[in-house]
Amino acid sequence: MSTYTSATDADRRAMLDAIGAESIEELFADIPAALRLGRPLTLPAGMAEQEVYEHLKELAARNVSCEDEISFLGAGMYDHYVPSLVDTLLSRSEFLTPYTPYQPEISQGGLQVMFEYQTAISELTGLPVSNASVYEGPSAVGAAGYLAKLANGRPRVLASRGVHPHSRETLATLARGYGQTVEEVGLREGATDLDALVAALSDDVSAVVLQQPNFLGAVEDVAALTEAAKQVGAVVICACDPIPLSVLEPPGAQGVDICVGEGQTLGNRLDFGGPSFGFFAASQEHLRRMPGRIAGETVDVDGKRGFVLTLQTREQHIRREKATSNICTAQALNALAGVVYLGWLGRQGLVELGELLLRRTAYARETLCALDGVEPLHSQPVVREFALRLPGADVEAVVERLAAEGINAGYRLGRSYPEYADGLLIAITERRTRAQIDRFAEALAGALAAERGAAPAGVGA
Amino acid sequence: MTPPTAPTTPASSAIAAADDTLTIYERSQPGRRAFVAPALDVPQRPLDELLPARFRRSTPARLPEISEPELIRHYHRLSKRNFDLDTGFYPLGSCTMKHNPKLHERVAALPGNARLHPLQDERRAQGALELMWNLQEALGEIAGLPHVSLQPSAGSHGELAGVLLTRAYHEDRGEQRTKVLTPDTAHGTNPATVTMAGYEVVKVGTNGDGGVDVEDLRAKADEQVACLMLTNPSTLGLFDPNIAEIAEIVHGVGATLYYDGANLNAIMGITRPGDMGFDIVHFNLHKSFTQPHGGGGPGAGPIAVSERIEPYLPRPQIVRRSDDEGCAFTLDEERPKSIGKLRGFQGNYGVFVRSYAYIRSLGAEGLREASEVAVLNANYLLALLKREGVAEYLPVAYDRLCMHEFVLSGAPMKRELGIRTLDLAKRLLDFGVHPPTVYFPLLVDEALLIEPTETETKETLDRFAEIVAEILREAAQDPEIAKNAPYSTPVGRLDEARAAKQPVLRQPI
Repeated sequence: MSTYTSATDADRRAMLDAIGAESIEELFADIPAALRLGRPLTLPAGMAEQEVYEHLKELAARNVSCEDEISFLGAGMYDHYVPSLVDTLLSRSEFLTPYTPYQPEISQGGLQVMFEYQTAISELTGLPVSNASVYEGPSAVGAAGYLAKLANGRPRVLASRGVHPHSRETLATLARGYGQTVEEVGLREGATDLDALVAALSDDVSAVVLQQPNFLGAVEDVAALTEAAKQVGAVVICACDPIPLSVLEPPGAQGVDICVGEGQTLGNRLDFGGPSFGFFAASQEHLRRMPGRIAGETVDVDGKRGFVLTLQTREQHIRREKATSNICTAQALNALAGVVYLGWLGRQGLVELGELLLRRTAYARETLCALDGVEPLHSQPVVREFALRLPGADVEAVVERLAAEGINAGYRLGRSYPEYADGLLIAITERRTRAQIDRFAEALAGALAAERGAAPAGVGA
Repeated sequence: MTPPTAPTTPASSAIAAADDTLTIYERSQPGRRAFVAPALDVPQRPLDELLPARFRRSTPARLPEISEPELIRHYHRLSKRNFDLDTGFYPLGSCTMKHNPKLHERVAALPGNARLHPLQDERRAQGALELMWNLQEALGEIAGLPHVSLQPSAGSHGELAGVLLTRAYHEDRGEQRTKVLTPDTAHGTNPATVTMAGYEVVKVGTNGDGGVDVEDLRAKADEQVACLMLTNPSTLGLFDPNIAEIAEIVHGVGATLYYDGANLNAIMGITRPGDMGFDIVHFNLHKSFTQPHGGGGPGAGPIAVSERIEPYLPRPQIVRRSDDEGCAFTLDEERPKSIGKLRGFQGNYGVFVRSYAYIRSLGAEGLREASEVAVLNANYLLALLKREGVAEYLPVAYDRLCMHEFVLSGAPMKRELGIRTLDLAKRLLDFGVHPPTVYFPLLVDEALLIEPTETETKETLDRFAEIVAEILREAAQDPEIAKNAPYSTPVGRLDEARAAKQPVLRQPI
């Protein structure tokens, strides 16, 4: 058994003497006997460090990670390259182990990181204020919905079907609590149907929720959708992935009120879905309704520059039931990875990365859609991800054939969109080379041919 | 042991000090860079063909332009402007600042964990799902409740899950309840959660022993009450011996009993919330289960629930299928009564890896020992602080044996010595100690909430008690020393009013 305590028998005796107790047992006198467990917990016996390591290594070896296959899987989290310096800086105890910076005099490092992070998010989204992070992408969408409810109290929220299914579902879960209903606006040609949005809008709509690019990879006409929503005074919420924002018009410049999103792609590992961070940026009018920590610049008693947590009267530890959110612990360390990563990419690097992704994604889309039995699911512009269909094919079987060849073919859209049962969503990060894309195309052609051969008569295209 | 009592900055270091606070944006120079893009290996198509100009960004985001060495130096330097747990004592009450074992970082970083995609086919993520299943089983056993969801991302997220589960439970029975009870000692997250979940907060008082005022509870518990949210041990660090009666009152009106697990570190393997009558428990894996706090996250806030709450747990749930060798563990999305999702994917898996490693390292015996020593350390430190020279100024709020933490009141210190709890906290910084939680719980005047945790030595506790006594002696001589502290930190006391009045929330570029 490992232990991280240092109380020796002699320590224990001396400490009990000072307390005036006979035994440690006595210290628990307030716990009624009937409520004592009275037996050891039923857990495996403790182990030495190296034994725990071997056990966890064995478990991890049973996972197929992006290290083990050529992965085209995205759908909300992406296998971008994380530079070494992120690992180096995040492993520093000074960043890894402190609590939330309640004592600013000894937390200037963490607070300045938050300030720099807020600046970067503000730049990416084109919105003036950012908080210091929320949990992750879909719950950030839910938090934005709650802000809209605080802002206008209206009962309906309209969410595009192009918004990540997890975000839509999280929003609905939270909205049932605070009393709003979420309705869906359908897609046309892979993008949000403007006419359907206009038809659903009325002055009881609290918020309109979009995603850019949407779940199918399509670049939405955010400006047109926002303009329509503004006609009825709805709060416009846009969920974004920060990497495509390298080349896309920032939502803030298109009239969006709140921009949120999943920050994993900024220097964070996949980690089977977390921890990553959510970002949350808004227009000035919503500043005092924002959830979570916000760092601000100020001066100390001697006029020296410093940073503090500010506007805390929004927060639960001050305002309790009147707080704008219940969030306390968020994702500071992951947000640090984000700002370090953005510093590493730099002003030009981010653009170069975005342009590389545009070109490689276009190449992959054309190469794959040129195959027999493959069609584009939509023809909207895309940045890093696109959807195609395999008409008549058993997509699951095709994906399995590719897996056997060490290729993860992407996300089967049928998992969350029954109307696209033959759809496949394919992500291209900078880690996916032309050679890998070509190999994928070759393997996909082979798998489709094999499936056609294997299909019973009368089935298949 | 006497730290400086006046600013020690020599004039020559003014230049250095100014450089220390430059932001990454102020260090930026046009043309500098760290990143080099991989070679373009596909045709260099004009961008207009790929993305119509009206969708394209006209000016790049104004990120810094900086080389790798300077980037490292900048953030390395910033790290040195933080105090951290590996540097010194961090008795921040209610936050359980215990040691973060280093093995955990190593196992979390294994590529099979760190580079595993959350949507990977279940058959190719069996190790991760088994780990999560094992962690669920362990947490359920520790809580004394059979069903666990790992999904919530932090304590407050677990609370929100718990109150939404409560709502779903009542609504499924055709009941529309309107109120949730919270003690006046509750963490701020409790009442904030209640509002977000669409209920009205009703406060329950505290009795003379620091427990729930049972008569007040009885008066307020009616058929409109959906839930009582309770922390036990409470935020006063006291175990409420009336918990069985409290549970009976709450269940008597058909409400659920919610356990805020922030203080679980006191009772692991000794007593269990499920056995006390709680229906829903959240864990803070970043408190009792050693996930590093990261300067404000990440954490994780799994929940454990009783049979009657199980149908409403968030989607997906991990299910074990004994009949399938290749895929024993699966994610079940088909849960018709579920409250739905609280976030994307399966939760903060990286945190689960660390907490699972911790539980496997300690086992049942080690977890119990951790709680025992946490309580021993707290009572020992309390005994030291009850001695002459301290107790007259910082009396314990409720003079009983405490659990893993305790509350002192700085009211006599303020009256007799003219220094406030805030001043004491700031002076502690000069002695290289992180201050306790201050001004919480709210019902104790000038409160200090002190939680030493089990990973601190007797010598550290002795030294802390000496430091507090020294600060009080010093204040008796000259209260201005504490009132103007700290002196040895990168900055002095900061103007928080100015930060709120004229918010500067980003670097102007």
